[in-house]
Amino acid sequence: MKVLFSGSLIPISTVLIFIFSIWYVGTILLNSPFQKDVYKRKGVENYTYSQLVKDTMSQKRPVLPPPHQVLIELWNSTVNKKITSKRSLVYHAGITLSSTLLGFVIGSLLGIILAVAIVYSRTCDMTLMPWIITSQTIPILAIAPMIIVVLSALGIQGLLPKAFISTYLSFFPVTISMVKGLRSPETIELDMMKTWNANGLQTLLRLRLPSSVPFLFAGMKIGIAAALVGAIIGELPTGAVSGLGARMLQGSYYGQMVQIWSALIFASLIAALLVTMIDVIRLSTLKRFGQLN
Amino acid sequence: MLFNLFKNYYFYLLSLLPTIISIFFEGSVSGFFLLISFLLISIFTKSALGIICSGLILHGFVYYSLTSIYEANISVGLWFQVFASWISAIIFVSKLAFIRLKNDFLQKLMILIVPFFFGLWVILLWEIICVGFNVPLLLLPAPSLIGVQIANSLDILYADFYQTVIKAVIPGYIYGCGSAFILSIFIDRSPFLQRGLLPIGNLMSVMPIVGIAPIMVMWFGFDWQSKAAVVTIMTFFPMLVNTVAGLQIANNIDHDVMSTWGSSYWQSLLKMRLPKALPLIFNGLKINTTLALIGAIVAEFFGTPIVGMGFRISVEAQRMSFDLVWAEITMAAIVGSTLYGFLALLERYLTFWHPSFHNR
Repeated sequence: MKVLFSGSLIPISTVLIFIFSIWYVGTILLNSPFQKDVYKRKGVENYTYSQLVKDTMSQKRPVLPPPHQVLIELWNSTVNKKITSKRSLVYHAGITLSSTLLGFVIGSLLGIILAVAIVYSRTCDMTLMPWIITSQTIPILAIAPMIIVVLSALGIQGLLPKAFISTYLSFFPVTISMVKGLRSPETIELDMMKTWNANGLQTLLRLRLPSSVPFLFAGMKIGIAAALVGAIIGELPTGAVSGLGARMLQGSYYGQMVQIWSALIFASLIAALLVTMIDVIRLSTLKRFGQLN
Repeated sequence: MLFNLFKNYYFYLLSLLPTIISIFFEGSVSGFFLLISFLLISIFTKSALGIICSGLILHGFVYYSLTSIYEANISVGLWFQVFASWISAIIFVSKLAFIRLKNDFLQKLMILIVPFFFGLWVILLWEIICVGFNVPLLLLPAPSLIGVQIANSLDILYADFYQTVIKAVIPGYIYGCGSAFILSIFIDRSPFLQRGLLPIGNLMSVMPIVGIAPIMVMWFGFDWQSKAAVVTIMTFFPMLVNTVAGLQIANNIDHDVMSTWGSSYWQSLLKMRLPKALPLIFNGLKINTTLALIGAIVAEFFGTPIVGMGFRISVEAQRMSFDLVWAEITMAAIVGSTLYGFLALLERYLTFWHPSFHNR
């Protein structure tokens, strides 16, 4: 019992229960005006309050769908549909995920290369670093529609334009943390490498890269979440037909709140899954390095 | 020995060869002499004055080649010279990066000057390539075209700026960051809430929250209210996580000192813990500037009155008037960088004591 209270299980579940109860209250408050309107048109005068609450929970097009409605929709559109079906969320998530991962891999590689260039060349440090920071103050997601229109006019369609946006968002955290990581060896360690007459490449491979690994994973965790956001936003413009972002866009066109919410929650689950995946890789790698017990 | 010589003068060779070749392909003679004199000066000089002179010569060459490109006076030799000048620019910027000035203020200014020249060169190259190769407007408009478009459509740009930034981004940013700040002070007092809310906050700050944009547009309508709501929610969690983490920086010794002086909770919070938390608070605020702009612009994709930066970008992109889109992007970049720069300056002013500023 004591373990339960000192851990974070009970606090987290308390907060979750609190969130869900607010959600339900919100459902009742936001959906009841429409429901009262329905009663008025049907001529139902003496409805009970419990009747009203029950009906707000099962509207076809609610303003705020209650959690169980979203869960049912999630279940129906993942487990009860064939994966190849266009109404299956798994199908759409697969499309979003492929461009996320492609963009993330390119972005991470780019980030690592940039970080090595910045650490090894003072010119790169002074010229590139300020512009890399500036590049992130530009709201790239805002340019996403144009990038996609331009690239499709050039004949490049499908995965690459979306992956480009994911790359742009995910290279930055990797670069920043890799620069920090590559500079993390202490002077005494660098001196040691010098004593052994190691050249630049050897110092990079044997000292700087290994000691930057924890930083790399910290950057990659942020990067993969950003890549997912980039891929979703990349699907919004030009009325894309598939992908989680397209699901949200269609939902907003047809006023299908339940569809938007289920796509959103599914996207969040994927984000959590991706971040956990990176974390698992991080833990097993660090264990091999002997940095964790 | 020979290899070392080659290694040290590699870039000079890379610049010298195309310069010489250009003469045989109708490259202009004056361009040739300008480039050669740049290379000669920069090989033999190490002083700041010499480097500035060489830079002036280099920019003279760029001005010269730009005018010949505008007059459609293009030859193969010119492209060799442009390539050589680009390599020369790398030499120039890397020399600039190693300058040691005696004046402390000027030396600090170099942190701005070096990247400025790099940016200038990228824009110049962009202009030269766009005009010289007749790159279609659709693909990439030349910077000069974008500049003309900005000057011509100032009223549209201002209306969009007012709608998106003043009406949506700034109120949303203040609500989001402000409420997160207040909540995190409450969370900080209760370990139970810390353990319950922090993992959820951490999870939420990596979620694709921008996806709530369509929901907010349905709830709050097409005007700025829905955009401000999206910005509020997007900026909330990064600020919360950072502020709570910042408030935990103070260690036992700091607390002991404050209690030795008999300070109350609020005194200790205001005079010790909040100042200590400032670096992380600013971290959250800086991350949020970009998030806020993104949130407002993306929310405009889902429905908006016929004004606003996101609206303009998506509509004009589909109408293929890309110079206006680029003008809009330039403005977004300027707004984003200005907000970020303002916060960075404020951070420097308020957290001058932090090691990351004097251990440069």
